[in-house]
Amino acid sequence: MLDIVIRIALLCCSLAMLGLIYRVIKGPAIPDRVIALDAVGVNLVAITALISIVLHSSAFLEIILLIGILAFIGTIAFAKYLEKGVIIERDSHR
Amino acid sequence: MSFLHLAILSPLIYSLFMIFFKKFHRIHTGWFILPLPILLFIYFLSFLPVTSNQKMVTETFNWIPSLGINFTAKADGLSLLFALLITGIGALVVFYSIYYLDRMKEKLPSFYVYLLLFMGAMLGVVLSDNLIVMYAFWELTSFSSFLLIGYWYGREQSRYGAQKSMLITVFGGLAMLGGIILLYIMTRTFSISEIAAESHSIWGNSLFIPALLCILLGAFTKSAQFPFYIWLPDAMEAPTPVSAYLHSATMVKAGIYLVARFTPVFGDSGVWFWLVSGIGLITLTWGSIFAAKQTDLKGILAFSTVSQLGLIMSLLGVGSAALHYADLDENIYIVAVSAAIFHLINHATFKGSLFMAVGIIDHETGTRDIRKLGGLMTFMPITFTVSIIGAFSMAGIPPFNGFLSKEMFFTGMVRVTEMDLFHLETWGILFPVIAWVASVFTFVYSMILIFKTFTGNVQLEKLDRQPHEAPLGMLIPPVILVSLVVIFGLFPNLLSDSLISPAMAEILPGLLGAGEEFTVHISSWHGFTIEVFMTLGVVILGIILYRTFPKWKTLYSKIPERMSLFRLYDQLVEGAQSGSYKLTKSFMTGSIHSYLVYIFAFFIFILTATLIGKGALKVDTGNVSAIGIYEWILALFVAAGAISILFVKSRMTSIILLGAVGYTVSLFYVLFRAPDLALTQLVIETISVALFLVCFYHLPKLRKYETRIRFKLTNALISIGVGAVVTVMALSAHSNKLFDSISKYYVENTYEKAAGKNMVNVILVDFRGFDTLFEITVLAIASLGIYGMIKLRGNRRKEG
Repeated sequence: MLDIVIRIALLCCSLAMLGLIYRVIKGPAIPDRVIALDAVGVNLVAITALISIVLHSSAFLEIILLIGILAFIGTIAFAKYLEKGVIIERDSHR
Repeated sequence: MSFLHLAILSPLIYSLFMIFFKKFHRIHTGWFILPLPILLFIYFLSFLPVTSNQKMVTETFNWIPSLGINFTAKADGLSLLFALLITGIGALVVFYSIYYLDRMKEKLPSFYVYLLLFMGAMLGVVLSDNLIVMYAFWELTSFSSFLLIGYWYGREQSRYGAQKSMLITVFGGLAMLGGIILLYIMTRTFSISEIAAESHSIWGNSLFIPALLCILLGAFTKSAQFPFYIWLPDAMEAPTPVSAYLHSATMVKAGIYLVARFTPVFGDSGVWFWLVSGIGLITLTWGSIFAAKQTDLKGILAFSTVSQLGLIMSLLGVGSAALHYADLDENIYIVAVSAAIFHLINHATFKGSLFMAVGIIDHETGTRDIRKLGGLMTFMPITFTVSIIGAFSMAGIPPFNGFLSKEMFFTGMVRVTEMDLFHLETWGILFPVIAWVASVFTFVYSMILIFKTFTGNVQLEKLDRQPHEAPLGMLIPPVILVSLVVIFGLFPNLLSDSLISPAMAEILPGLLGAGEEFTVHISSWHGFTIEVFMTLGVVILGIILYRTFPKWKTLYSKIPERMSLFRLYDQLVEGAQSGSYKLTKSFMTGSIHSYLVYIFAFFIFILTATLIGKGALKVDTGNVSAIGIYEWILALFVAAGAISILFVKSRMTSIILLGAVGYTVSLFYVLFRAPDLALTQLVIETISVALFLVCFYHLPKLRKYETRIRFKLTNALISIGVGAVVTVMALSAHSNKLFDSISKYYVENTYEKAAGKNMVNVILVDFRGFDTLFEITVLAIASLGIYGMIKLRGNRRKEG
């Protein structure tokens, strides 16, 4: 029973991924793509979690956390880049 | 190391002391050099009693015994003849150069260092029995000759001549090295005497003819044979003592020596006979015809040297036929060999004296151009006497030694017609005819040399200085040589037992029984034979041709300049330069794109060829695990991401797509149960995407246009090819798995021996920690490099 549920969930996630990838490729503006990429990250979290259930393993929990952090940092960096043109600003007094 | 070795090396060692002589400005450096060749000459004379009894002196000094390369010095009849020529004429040339080269104006130490180098190298060539040692000395002669020709390196012509002679003689030298190696492969020894003793075993070997050709190429280039004679006239830019020494008496005879030395090895083959005698005759005729055209005295002498060397070479070729007739008593062909050796000595004497006489004329009048010279007889009576004797000897007029050797030359050539091998029944008649024609021209240019210079009207206004007789010291060496010309002409049998017969015994071994020796009897008169009439004909026709020379001289200008071998050489050198430049230009385009095309095309080619050639192309699906739905989906994602990178317009999009591919790959790691890899992949992918974005942002404004990647068929073909080849290779590698994995050991021992449960990390830091160390180093270098590139940019700007 659980097996089937997980498969359905994975399929849904994959479909969502496909849609997001379509948006990444197509997305008329950069922010569209960035948001799509952020969502890809969230989806990755879900997929990793589901796969680790399938594989009966607890070795991938760090990955879930890492994806979360990276997606956050990445999105923030992109946002800053789009806003200011730089990611790390120089010290103003130099 | 014996005394003989020391004698060979003494000029080289002595040249090291030249730095001390530099200080003595008041005494001409040549005086310090002079004793050495004289002593060596006397030392080599002491070998005469040994060699005239058909014995030899052999001394071995181990150099590289494990490779069979030992410095074996061997003084036999042939070597001794050359050694005496080298040291004797060497002494005279050093003496002459003392008066020829100015103490103050010239860089004397370097001149004498080069000359001593040359002398030692030449002694080494003729006295070495080991082929590799001989080759080393051989190249040293080329090298020192290069230095001597370019002695006045300020002149363009000197540099050109030096380069030309270097290129041609080193080309021949390398060919000779090839021949030596082939001989070694056949006989397993580098010793000439052993090779000659074993020569019967190598006849018919498939390497025999290539070895023969390579050795002959070396001999022909060194001895200025057709068509390699072209370096010799340009070598006349050297100081005259050098021309007298190297380019008439010694170095150009190294090739003759080589041919004589190898006659016992190769002499029995028809190829050898035809090449040596044929090329010799061509050189003889060609050189003599073109000598008459020259207007520069040294040019005449250069071409005449070429021609006379051809004469000696053809005699050696004809003489090699004597090896076919084992019977000594009726062997009428050995006369060619004795003529060759006799003429070798004669040529060294009269050509040396002629060069020195020309040097005197150049020195005392300031020109060597026969159009400016004339009527010098009254100004320089001694030089005139020297020249006329030398030139008459060269032309073959009695009673000088050239007459005798020319008679013997004719005898040898006439006897070719009686041979019944190598198709000589039909072609043999050409030999005496060509030889006779060449002798006529020899007569003509000898007369031009003498009479255009010394008779006729004096053209004082064309001369740089008032002509006068040379100082006594300058005259002594040519006078000595010329008196030898007369002495050998009147008493030729002085040489026959002491020098000629022992040398012949070396060239034609096997013809002599025990205790026998060649009886050479040279007489100036042997009745009304065909040779006498040939000589008479040469003189009569020669006089007629000389008288009418101005009328037919214009024939020379009819020969098109483009046909000349000199032009051909220039075009060859230039063509090689521009051709290689064009070739390099054609593929070294400077664009990375084309280099990548070469690399990948080669990659595809070589891997396909190997896979097919080795029969490794095999796809075996028996060992493959089933592909689940998740793998399909992920593979679809990766493929979709990778392919869409090719088609997107914006660079930003392609970076993001690259990131997406990277993240999907990390999912693959998850799926294939590699949590550590997945972790690292995620972090690294994020960082590298960030770095790409940084690069993207800093692109210069001008080039910031965004276009789709242009389609190119080559690129598409190559990338598809690389992908296909790698895929096929991976499949084949999987199908051809030969051994089990060693990972079982790690699985069993990770906790047992290394006290860890994470196997990947235990491998990284414990089982194979060494790799990790250096990957840390790589990262350190990369970061330092980046830091350096960013920080040091300003400094470079300041310097620039």
